[in-house]
Amino acid sequence: MASIKMRAKTTDGVTTVKVLISHPMDTGLQKDKKTGKKIPAHFIQEVVCKHKDTTVMTANWGAAISKNPYLSFKFSGAAAGDMLSISWVDNKGEKDSTEAAIK
Amino acid sequence: MTSMKRRIFLKGSLATGAVGMAVSTGLLTPRVSLAAWTKAAFEATDVNGGVSALYGSSNMDKSDKIKIKAPDIAENGAVVPVSVTTSIDGVSSISLFADKNATPLTADFQLGPGAEGYVSTRIKMGKTANVIAVVKAGDKLYSASKEVKVTIGGCGG
Repeated sequence: MASIKMRAKTTDGVTTVKVLISHPMDTGLQKDKKTGKKIPAHFIQEVVCKHKDTTVMTANWGAAISKNPYLSFKFSGAAAGDMLSISWVDNKGEKDSTEAAIK
Repeated sequence: MTSMKRRIFLKGSLATGAVGMAVSTGLLTPRVSLAAWTKAAFEATDVNGGVSALYGSSNMDKSDKIKIKAPDIAENGAVVPVSVTTSIDGVSSISLFADKNATPLTADFQLGPGAEGYVSTRIKMGKTANVIAVVKAGDKLYSASKEVKVTIGGCGG
């Protein structure tokens, strides 16, 4: 699965990371228009981003994050060429991860 | 004949029982492994309840060192871009609340030692509400809020 797109760039020692994940992020409140039944909740609960075995950011999400989530954050202490890894886990136990080099 | 039926019935209930067990254990394991995901905080129905479930206290100081960037009017509540920037030193966590949502806590970002005080994401908002950012630095909590008018809600429908 390639559900994650990640870009990271370092300028003046600060690395900006931008992440796009494709995921339905169903709240559990929405109804299926055809059947009238509620669509069960299905959302990402945890996103972890690591740089050289150090966790730089852990995001705990509720169902109120938009569909196909976008996330951006900044951290210092990384150099261009370093590898960043990111992974997510949702409330159904599905997961995915990817790696990208910092530009 | 009756004994045959009973036997089939027993077999059937045993099989579904086993499947049920497998499903429930399968569903439980990933939740247990998420130590940081505080269920009580995400299910709290008001902002103060969410903050205290998340941080253990709801004593917050309003701070002008937190800047929330969000649209004044969001046409579509399903996608509201929100950025939080803070110049407070030693930020360890930033969380986002939309106070009129059924469960206000939308996201909680735990920042590592080298992280800058900045996060950006897109959230869903049910109706016009204040977006509240709570920043934890050291042992103190700081907050700031910004009203976002929503013309079409993004929860349910």
